Amino acid sequence: MLYQRYGEIVEKGRVDWFTVGFYLLFVLLGWLNIYAASYDLENATSLFDLSGRAGMQLVWIGTSLLLAFSLLKIDVGFYETYTFVFYLAGIFLLVVTLIVAPDINGSRSWLVMGPIRLQPAEFMKFIIALALARVFNAYGFKLMTRNNLLLVSVLILLPALLVVMQSETGTALVYLCFVLVLYREGLPGAVLFMGFAAVVYFVLGVRFSEVPMGMLSVGEFATVLLIIVFVAGMVWNHVKRRGVVMTILILAAVVFAAGYVVSLFGLKCNYGMLAIAALGLVCVYLLFLALRFWKRIYFLIVLFALASFAFVESAEYVFYDVLQPHQQMRIKVTLGMEQDLQGSGYHVGQSKIAIGSGGLTGKGFLNGTQTKLKYVPEQDTDFIFCTIGEEQGFVGSSLLLILYVIFILRLIGLAERQTSVFGRVYGYGVVSVFLFHVLVNIGMVLGIMPVIGIPLPLFSYGGSSLWGFTILLFIFLRIDKSRRQF
Amino acid sequence: MSSSNPNNKRKYVIGGIVVVVAVIYIFQLFNLQILTTQYRDFADSNAFFRKTLYPARGTIYDCNGELLVYNQPTYDIMMVVREARKSFDTLDFCNTLNIDRERFLQLDRDMRDKRKNPGYSSYTPQIFMTQLDMEEYGLLQEKLYKFPGIYIQGRTERRYKYPNMGLILGYVAEVDKNTVNADPFYVRGEYAGKSGVELSHEEDLRGKKGVEILLRDAHGRVQGRYENGKHDKVPVSGRDLTLSIDIKLQALGEHLMRNKVGSIVMIDPRTGEILCMVSAPTYDPSMLTGKDFISNYLQLEQNPYKPLINRAIAGTYPPGSTFKPAQGLIFLQEGIITPETLFSCYHGYPPLGGSPACHGHGSPLSIQPAIATSCNSFFCYGLNGMLSNRTKYENVSEAFERWKDYMVSMGYGYKLGVDLPSEKRGFIPNSKFYTSVKKTDKWTAHSIISIAIGQGEVLATPLQIANFAALIANRGFFYTPHVVKERKGLPLDTTFTPRHAPNIDKQYFDLIANGMGDAVTGGTCRAINLSPQVIVCGKTGTAQNPHGDDHSLFMGFAPKDNPEVTIAVIVENGRFGATNAVPIARLMLQQYFNDSIPPSEKGLEQEIANREILPYIYKKNASKIPKIPKEF
Repeated sequence: MLYQRYGEIVEKGRVDWFTVGFYLLFVLLGWLNIYAASYDLENATSLFDLSGRAGMQLVWIGTSLLLAFSLLKIDVGFYETYTFVFYLAGIFLLVVTLIVAPDINGSRSWLVMGPIRLQPAEFMKFIIALALARVFNAYGFKLMTRNNLLLVSVLILLPALLVVMQSETGTALVYLCFVLVLYREGLPGAVLFMGFAAVVYFVLGVRFSEVPMGMLSVGEFATVLLIIVFVAGMVWNHVKRRGVVMTILILAAVVFAAGYVVSLFGLKCNYGMLAIAALGLVCVYLLFLALRFWKRIYFLIVLFALASFAFVESAEYVFYDVLQPHQQMRIKVTLGMEQDLQGSGYHVGQSKIAIGSGGLTGKGFLNGTQTKLKYVPEQDTDFIFCTIGEEQGFVGSSLLLILYVIFILRLIGLAERQTSVFGRVYGYGVVSVFLFHVLVNIGMVLGIMPVIGIPLPLFSYGGSSLWGFTILLFIFLRIDKSRRQF
Repeated sequence: MSSSNPNNKRKYVIGGIVVVVAVIYIFQLFNLQILTTQYRDFADSNAFFRKTLYPARGTIYDCNGELLVYNQPTYDIMMVVREARKSFDTLDFCNTLNIDRERFLQLDRDMRDKRKNPGYSSYTPQIFMTQLDMEEYGLLQEKLYKFPGIYIQGRTERRYKYPNMGLILGYVAEVDKNTVNADPFYVRGEYAGKSGVELSHEEDLRGKKGVEILLRDAHGRVQGRYENGKHDKVPVSGRDLTLSIDIKLQALGEHLMRNKVGSIVMIDPRTGEILCMVSAPTYDPSMLTGKDFISNYLQLEQNPYKPLINRAIAGTYPPGSTFKPAQGLIFLQEGIITPETLFSCYHGYPPLGGSPACHGHGSPLSIQPAIATSCNSFFCYGLNGMLSNRTKYENVSEAFERWKDYMVSMGYGYKLGVDLPSEKRGFIPNSKFYTSVKKTDKWTAHSIISIAIGQGEVLATPLQIANFAALIANRGFFYTPHVVKERKGLPLDTTFTPRHAPNIDKQYFDLIANGMGDAVTGGTCRAINLSPQVIVCGKTGTAQNPHGDDHSLFMGFAPKDNPEVTIAVIVENGRFGATNAVPIARLMLQQYFNDSIPPSEKGLEQEIANREILPYIYKKNASKIPKIPKEF
């Protein structure tokens, strides 16, 4: 009783078997589906044959379980103490990899040691999570100071940069998901909102960039309207003055109505110019309010509006003039602007065919044709979800998706129940990595996200990735086990 | 410590993101897997390589079981364009097949041309080139690994044992675009019967295609059979046909008709089976198979003698005097004349001043000697008597309609329904026809008198004439004539079993048959008298023809009692029936009854075969006519 009252570390806590159960389930299902995906019709190997992919994955699973068991035995203090050693070692490995790694399919991210190939970038995920946890754990740590923001940014961006240099852009993007941790720990929601807005602007702007509408394209026109709506929303959220919101909307409406009236007299109405005029008027109005009431928030909103417009205008430029044609093509395919089934749309096209052909209940285990006959590339790594879609159908694949959602929600629950900042931040690091991997991977397979080559956690074939996720998860389970209980 | 932290609510935002995105994904899964059905088809066309297994086409025998048409293997080159794109050595490919680059490009264009090949897809095997022989096949097979996307498909090709009856057998050729569009059975580049029995019995002969479903990977490599061949279909061979044609009879007929234009048709009146059907000129069926098909076909098509027309069923001729027995039957049945009615003849039809003219014979005559001597005058009197009979018929139209109905019931004027394509119906006018031609309904027998003697507007095919002979031979009925006697494993088509009987009494047929018997023993066609071996009944015809010399016709049957065979012979521009048609019929009957030409007749056979009777209009342009192949 005393222990608990004073918050002593007690080994009373148990490992969260719920999460471990999910872990084992995913690993097992993954193993079976790797077998299905790499199943060779002519000379089928056994599930346990080490020359086959499934057999190898079994080795990775076995070692991962050993790893998990050992991790649960290590004292939590060890991680806290040696976090920065890990971090420096990780960065060092990344640099070494960059120098010595051979070119494997255009990627220079593999350390080859005899028969074993390791991808240090995979392990950097848990190291960054640990580093963040350690930084946040400092007494009285406040994120929103310049130094701290800088420190945290460097912690995340430095390895990301190194990984980009290894041509593993997908993994580097995974590191960016730690923004979610920062959000949980006090990063203003506006940052997240701006990220969201940027994506929406980009998608709208590029998707409809080919249809002109006055001075602007349809996409730009729509984004300008959206900016006005966002501005009105921000005013409502931060100033809570209904009159101002109404004035903004009415101003915009009046401008367009005027344009419509003009067009009734047979004059050609330039809606693009009207949209810009409306946005300009709204900005002028807000500036007027800012000067009159001397409120910073109005300035910031005007800044947001102008920055948004600048972003939209530059997005098109970046898309058409900076991005490489193959990158443009990937994005266009994702946005449904092109159907390049032979080129960059091939992956997604075949992946959709495989999933779509599964129907309600699928073709049955080992009966899929698309994945087995290698129509879907990377069918046992990044595109393994196709195998589920094809062989288990809508029922199986949505069930798997729901299992992942439950798993992630459980991780959020675990992170929230941590009594230490260290535990909570690390927990959210785990949540962010799994969340990003699952959503991006499945989104990519379903043709909703652009093709970013990252594996489905615990499911895809691959030793490094499985080990990486195992370490990430089980350190968290170890922390959770020994959390302070009151 | 953290319960007061406002950031605690942000767990809901993060959890919310996960749930919302997952819901979007499940919706997309639903969309892909449940709402959109096309992916399953995509997947199938992706992975399934449906290899067509072609059945052997049915073989064809003559009535004695002699093999006429059989199959021989040949090979087609198939190309999957998607697979052939990469690293395809065109030069090596051309050299292997011994074709030049232009030919290669032409074949490639033809294959891709959606108008020529509506089923073109770059994902599925398309026919690139057809009819490789064994040697070319061997060369290509050796190098096949070098040419991705190229496959060899085995097929069979028709072979003919005899150079005869090309028009009856017909030929087999690549299906055309319309057939592909109309019948889902066919794919471009496949073969189907185009004429003759090959066309009319296509569904019997073609069999059922089989399919082998193979799985292939993204590189087009075959990975194995789908579910161990559970869904494969074994091809079913086409049905063998036995024709009623006797190849020896047919060969003799074609021999006798060398260098002539015309036709010989022989029918077994007891069944309607056609024993021989010669159309001259004809061609060797082997010309229209294999690689030289196109050049040979063009040559045949451009030949002014039109050897691709089966004159036995598609040639329409004025039946001339062979029409008279039909007239006689109608007059007798209608009571216009009795067997004893006499009409006079003074070298012509007296009421019209001796026109149509007639030849020397006794006068007056009753029906039986009128048939025997082929008196024109008699039948003109008869027709006039019928059409101007106002006690029996209200007007000339009614009388003529009655006459026409009888003619139709005897097999004239409409297609008989023989199991060969492109049969023509001939022509028997009706009263409306004359009313519109004469621009009045006041026409009389005298204004159309030439039809009384099988001239004028009346037209009949040689088959109809032979069939009419069968009607008389059977004394009142006939079976629809046909060339396929037996379809292996199937009963005879029921359209060939019922009797067709005009409403005419048997006694009148006896009378007409007697007249035809008299014609042989003491009338117009004494040259065909084979007694005492066989009693032959016959009727000659000499049909006037505006384009040149008269056509020579003969129609007959034998023996007189219990007839076994009827015959119709037409030699275009062969002048009197007795001049050409009768000796040809005599030799054909000799062959039929003796199974060979007796030595005493060899001279006649030689003489007839050497006669050259080619229509005048063609001869006029002789310099422009391509050389006639020997068989003609």
